[in-house]
Amino acid sequence: MAERTPWSLSGALRGMFAKKLIDAETWEDLEDALIQADFGPSITEAVVADLRAKVARYNTTDPTDLQRMLREGLEERLSKLDSTLNLSARPAVVLVVGVNGVGKTTTIGKFAKFLRTYNRSVLIGAADTFRAAAVEQLATWAERAGADIVRPQAHGQDPASVAFQTVERAMKDGTEIVIIDTAGRLQTKGGLMDELTKIRKVIEKQTPIAEVLLVLDATTGQNGLAQAEAFIQHAGVTGLVLTKLDGSAKGGFVLAVQEKTGIPIKLVGQGEGINDLTGFTPHVFAQKLVG
Amino acid sequence: MATFGNLSDRLAETFKNLRTKGKLSAADVDGTVREIRRALLDADVALEVVKDFTGKVRERALGDEVSKALNPAQQVVKIVNEELVEILGGQQRRLEFAKKPPTIIMLAGLQGAGKTTLAGKLAKWLAKDGHTPILVAADLQRPNAVTQLEVVGAQAGVPVYAPEPGNGVGNPVKVARDGVKYAQQKMHDVVIVDTAGRLGVDAEMMKQAADIRTAIDPDEVLFVIDAMIGQDAVATAKAFQDGVDFTGVVLSKLDGDARGGAALSVASITGRPIMFASTGESLDDFEPFHPDRMASRILDLGDILTLIEQAQGAFDEDEARKMAEKFSTDSFTLDDFLGQMQQLRNMGSIKKMMSMLPGAGAMKQQLENFDEREIVRTEAIIQSMTKAERTTPKLLNGSRRLRIARGAGSTVTEVNQLVSRFEQAAKMMKTVAKGGMPNIPGMGPVPGGMGGGGRGKPQPKKKGSKSGNPAKRAAENLAIASGEKPAGAGPGAGGGTGFGLGGARKAGGPTEDEMAALQKMLGR
Repeated sequence: MAERTPWSLSGALRGMFAKKLIDAETWEDLEDALIQADFGPSITEAVVADLRAKVARYNTTDPTDLQRMLREGLEERLSKLDSTLNLSARPAVVLVVGVNGVGKTTTIGKFAKFLRTYNRSVLIGAADTFRAAAVEQLATWAERAGADIVRPQAHGQDPASVAFQTVERAMKDGTEIVIIDTAGRLQTKGGLMDELTKIRKVIEKQTPIAEVLLVLDATTGQNGLAQAEAFIQHAGVTGLVLTKLDGSAKGGFVLAVQEKTGIPIKLVGQGEGINDLTGFTPHVFAQKLVG
Repeated sequence: MATFGNLSDRLAETFKNLRTKGKLSAADVDGTVREIRRALLDADVALEVVKDFTGKVRERALGDEVSKALNPAQQVVKIVNEELVEILGGQQRRLEFAKKPPTIIMLAGLQGAGKTTLAGKLAKWLAKDGHTPILVAADLQRPNAVTQLEVVGAQAGVPVYAPEPGNGVGNPVKVARDGVKYAQQKMHDVVIVDTAGRLGVDAEMMKQAADIRTAIDPDEVLFVIDAMIGQDAVATAKAFQDGVDFTGVVLSKLDGDARGGAALSVASITGRPIMFASTGESLDDFEPFHPDRMASRILDLGDILTLIEQAQGAFDEDEARKMAEKFSTDSFTLDDFLGQMQQLRNMGSIKKMMSMLPGAGAMKQQLENFDEREIVRTEAIIQSMTKAERTTPKLLNGSRRLRIARGAGSTVTEVNQLVSRFEQAAKMMKTVAKGGMPNIPGMGPVPGGMGGGGRGKPQPKKKGSKSGNPAKRAAENLAIASGEKPAGAGPGAGGGTGFGLGGARKAGGPTEDEMAALQKMLGR
């Protein structure tokens, strides 16, 4: 059984920061740790090169300095973009997209609960009309969160029409925040990606969309970047949500995603409980990652 | 992330300056190994597996088989491919059925790996083989997972045993045990137990999975893993191996564009075979796993074998023989041309087909620009011709061409292009059919006659040359395909193709020139 390590690189880095001096092995360990955290070869090389330069410049041989520089370096890279959710519009429409099985529905449940604790009225649109029992799954979450839900009238109804009806009802009832669930789709399926574009257009006929959140699974590897690029192109993603950080995966690929696409990480999911969703803070993230 | 170009390209680059030296030095090999390492990491193969793997490759690359080879890059790719296939499981393993039914199959994996969908696919697949499977809903954790399984079961036409409503209510161990008993009573010969998704680090949930396993004593425990998973594949696979000790692996979501390095990691670390691949959202998108194809995918070498199979399925052998006859006797007409085009279309989406070709990763852009409807337009033109015109294209004078263009809703220029493409094709086919095979294997020298490559038409966007001439492309695809096919797999190579490709059956893979030429051609 895997030991229940906290979500962090500290295990991998412990050995190297415990040493007295920075040597060749330290660098190798650092590179390995970053690659194992799914940062990917390119970002890893960049980070290591950057740190080597810094170590040379400050002429230090103390691994503790290296640890601090790594933490600061990651934090700096992560905090380049503004991670605040933009929900001031009324109604603020949030569209949630992603590939299959990353946790879109669960995220919506948690997000609705998160908003409800701030006393915002929330309406959820079940526009995943494709997957078996997705609507029921969402309804259960909505109930737990204390949010209303708009269901499709028939199985397999056009998701865009569900989205339209949801926004329509929110505008009529004066609901503050609308969250729309969509079916999971692999970014390689052109037809399904076009469907997203359509959902977007249909909503925008009534009101601008406040946020399009792309949900990414922390266990994903380098394919996360391909996912992000495709969803940005078709759905106009404005923020990333990183889920399943309660496992052993580190989700390092989000750094590459954020840097290559310029879309900030906005929310972080850390478990199956309804309160396990938090806003993204680069400082905390880097701190936890590096230890 | 295939933007770095495929491994064969990168290796070719690394080896370019070796030509003059003629011999590989240790430093050259190190450079190569670095490229391989990067390629594997880009494909999400776990680091420890990569290290182990590159070590082995390095050893072999320093040996005689590479330094004496005419094309070291190719040789290294071959070694890498062989080693990959070996790790991925030299041969496939099938499901083991219990001597005394029911056979019990348990599914386990992370959240969102695709277990419930897979349960439906597996059930449908087994039902098709004459089994009478039943699904047991032991995922009582995720909201409405039970309902989802019921829907999936209904779609697959398979009964579902679901005594508990789920959503956190009920004991999954008991449900699993009762499910097996129920299946025995109702004489089902296969029981598929769907369990809740769980994280490797969640000790309590792993214990539960182990308890389910103990309670039902399954014949197979299938570990379902997402093809998109990254470095965490190792930790997860180890945790599940320790926790429930799975007997086989199912790779899901292979229809995406992830390279699926996880397959390699899991197979290498746990030593358990990958048995199935799940390739889409429909319940029929499920197939036994092919290690060799996966190796090519990880290296971005293209899924040549699948392509060949599709081609063989779509091309009618008799039809093909007749066609070869026609080529050699010079009676190849526009009607035949049309027929071939339609046959080609039967193979499925051209885009999909091309994306299976080696190096397709780098050509995504061009693939995007390729317009499937081009073939439809070409068909329209041919169909606007009279019978006489189709058999004797020489009849086509200016006014006839104008009439055809009007009839097909296109322009005279397009008609002209089509006719000249046809003529070139007919000419080339004729040479080929006569056993000349002057250019195909090398493909390098051919571009002059190929798909307009040498015509110097400065119309990059113009589809004309791209859709090129389908007959020719088919021939080339198959030439490459049969070339790539190891000699042993040869029987279908000649028969299934229609273009007198016998001569294309040469040993070894296509050369790098061929690849380049092919890419250039497809890219236009």
